[in-house]
Amino acid sequence: MYFSKETLEASEKLSRKSSDEVQKALKNHPEQKKRFSTVSDAEIKRLYTPDDIKDINFAEDIGVPGEFPYLRGNQVTGYRGRYWTFRMFSGMGSARDTNARWKMLLREGQTGLSTAFDFPTLMGYDSDSPKSLGEVGKCGVAIDTLEDFLELMEGIPLADVTTSMTINPPATILWAMYCAAADIKGVPLSRIGGTIQNDMLKEFIAQKTFMCPPEPSVKLISDTVEFGTKYVPRWNTISISGYHIREAGSTAVQELAFTLRDGIEYVEDVVRRKGLNVDDFATRLSFFFNSHSDFFEEICKMRAARRMWAKIMRDRFHAKDPRSLWLRFHTQTAGCSLTAQQPYNNVVRTTVQALAAVLGGTQSLHTNSLDEVLCLPSEHAVEIALRTQQILAEETGVANTIDPLAGSYFIESLTNEMEEKAWDYIQKIDDMGGMVAAIGKGFPQMEISEAAYRFQRQLDAGEKTMIGVNKYATDSTHPIPLVDIEEKVGEEQMRRLKDVRRKRDNKAVKKSLDDIRNACKKEDNVMPCCIEAVKNLATLQEICDVYREVYGEYRDPGLY
Amino acid sequence: MPERTIRVMVAKPGLDGHDRGARILARCFRDAGFEVVYTGCHQTPEQIAAAAVQEDVDLVGLSCLSGAHRALFPRVVELLREKGAADITVIGGGIIPEQDIPLLREAGIKAVFTPGASLESIVEWINSNIKPH
Repeated sequence: MYFSKETLEASEKLSRKSSDEVQKALKNHPEQKKRFSTVSDAEIKRLYTPDDIKDINFAEDIGVPGEFPYLRGNQVTGYRGRYWTFRMFSGMGSARDTNARWKMLLREGQTGLSTAFDFPTLMGYDSDSPKSLGEVGKCGVAIDTLEDFLELMEGIPLADVTTSMTINPPATILWAMYCAAADIKGVPLSRIGGTIQNDMLKEFIAQKTFMCPPEPSVKLISDTVEFGTKYVPRWNTISISGYHIREAGSTAVQELAFTLRDGIEYVEDVVRRKGLNVDDFATRLSFFFNSHSDFFEEICKMRAARRMWAKIMRDRFHAKDPRSLWLRFHTQTAGCSLTAQQPYNNVVRTTVQALAAVLGGTQSLHTNSLDEVLCLPSEHAVEIALRTQQILAEETGVANTIDPLAGSYFIESLTNEMEEKAWDYIQKIDDMGGMVAAIGKGFPQMEISEAAYRFQRQLDAGEKTMIGVNKYATDSTHPIPLVDIEEKVGEEQMRRLKDVRRKRDNKAVKKSLDDIRNACKKEDNVMPCCIEAVKNLATLQEICDVYREVYGEYRDPGLY
Repeated sequence: MPERTIRVMVAKPGLDGHDRGARILARCFRDAGFEVVYTGCHQTPEQIAAAAVQEDVDLVGLSCLSGAHRALFPRVVELLREKGAADITVIGGGIIPEQDIPLLREAGIKAVFTPGASLESIVEWINSNIKPH
C-alpha cells in the first residue's frame, strides 16, 4: 500500500468534509463547464487525493530512474548528466539549401540533425516523375541520387553528429546513401549514429506515405534492423512513431496504444524472420511521440509509455538485458495545435508543449516554429523555436531534478488510467491477430477518424477552444514573412538528375538493380545491394520501382 | 419529382498524405445529407477528373497541404473542362497562402477554405452555391 492507514483515513475524512463545502460553492458559483476533459476528451476530476492512487506499489509501479519499471526515466542522472538532444527537423528545396540551414543550426547550438525530405523522395519518386508535379523541394529536401546526398552532407562530421532521417518506404535507400557517404568519407559504419524513421505501420494507420503492402514493408524494416545490429550498432534503425497517429486526430491513449502495438509487431517480425534474440536488437528501437496541448495528459502519456514498454519487453519478449527494457524517444510539439490565425501565439503553445515533453522525460526534442502551419520555417522562426528549448534547459530549472511530478495524486492516477486504457487497445489488437491484421480491418484508422471528427465538432460547438480560431478571433493581422520554395528548385533538380543519368555506368546500375530484385525474391537482406546500387548512382525511384515490381503497390482504401 | 441530393467528391491530389481534413469533411458532408465519394490519398489530377465524371458529382472538393496546390488544383479544373464537365464545381482547401488565392480563383477554383474554416461554413457554402444537376 502506497499510504499508511492513518493517511488514508485522514484523507477520506477531509474529502467528506470538503465535499459538503463543494456542494455549497457549486450552488452559489456553478463551475464554468459541466464536464472538464483533456484535449483527448478524457474526463478529469475536480480533485485527486491519496485515495486515487492507494493501490500503487511504490517499488513495482514507480521506483527510481534507471530501474524497472523505468517510469521515472532510463538514466540515473536524468538531464543533470546530459540534456535532451536539441534536434530541429529541417529540409527545404535543394540539398545545398538544406545543408546551409543545417550549418546555421549547428552554429546556433543544435546538437543533432534531422532531415525533412520532399514528398517525391518520401514516396519513392524521382524529381522528374509526372507524380512529382509541383512537389519538388516543397516540404523538404529533394534527393534523387547519392550525388544529392553527398551535397546534403557536405562538411557535416559524420562521426560526431547524429542524424535523424524522416523516411519510410524508401528508408533502406536513404540509409544506404548515408552508409555509402560514410564509406566515401572514410568513416567506418561502426562510428556513424542516427535514426531512420522506417516505421511503416503508422503510415497505413495515419500518415499515408506508403508504397508496398504492409507485409513486405515490415520485411524491409526487419532487413534494416538485422543489418544495423550486425554492422551499424550506433544506429536506431526504427523510430516507432505515435506523432503522426496523433496528428491524424487520435487521442493520447490511441497514440500510446497503437505505437506500442506497432513496436510489438516489429519485434515479433525480427525474431521470427531473422532469428535474432530480442536482446541483440532491442536497443536499436527508438520511439517518437507527439507533445500536444494538454499539459498533464502528455506528461502522463510519456511516463506510461516507458513503464508499458518495459513490461512488454520483460514479460512478453523475455528480454534479459536491462537496456532492452528502455523506451527511448524523440518528441515533436504538435503541428496540429498551431493556428494560422494570430501565428505569434504558436510560440506560446510550443513552449508549453516542449515543457511537457521535458517533464515527460524525452531524450530528444523538435520544437515547431511559429510559421510551420503556413510554410516551411523561416530562419528567424527556427531560431526562436531552438531558443525555446535552450531557455527551458538552461534558465527555468526544470532539468534540475528527475521526473519532478512523480508522486502527485493526479499525475500518478492519470498515468495509471492511460496505461490501463492503452492495454485494452493492445489486447483488442492482439485478439484481431496483430497490427497488420487490424490495419486490414481498418480498425486503428476508423478509431482515429472517430476521434478526429469528435474533436472538430467539439471545436465547432465551442466545447473545445483554439484561441484565435473559435475564441478571441480578430480581424487585425500581424503578417509574418513566409518562406516560398520557388518552382525553379524542381527544374534545377531535373537538370542534375539528367546529368547523373548521362554520366553514370548504366550497366553497373542495371546489375545492381537486378541484385536488389533477386534479394527481394529470395528474401535476402537488401541492404548490401542497396549500398552498392546507390554507389553506382541508381536513383531512388529506380530502386523503389524494383520494390513495387516485386512486392506490389498499396493503394489508400480511402476509409473515413 | 423530389430534388436529387448533392453529390460531392472529396479528393486528395498529389503525394501528400495529410488526410485528416479531407476525412473529417467527408464525414461532415455525409452527416449534412450529401452523397459522398472519397478518393483516398495520392490521386493524380487525371484520376480525379475521370472519377468525378464517372461518379457524376456536382462538386469536387480538393484538399492539399503540401504546397503543390498551385500546380494541381488548376489542372483538375482544366481536365474537367476538356472532358466537357465544366458544370462540376471545384473548390479547394488546405495550407493555402493568402497570396495564392487569387491565382486559384482565376484558374476556376470557386472557393478556397483555409485552416480555421468551420465545417458549418463549408456546408453552408455548398448548400447555397450548388444545385444538383
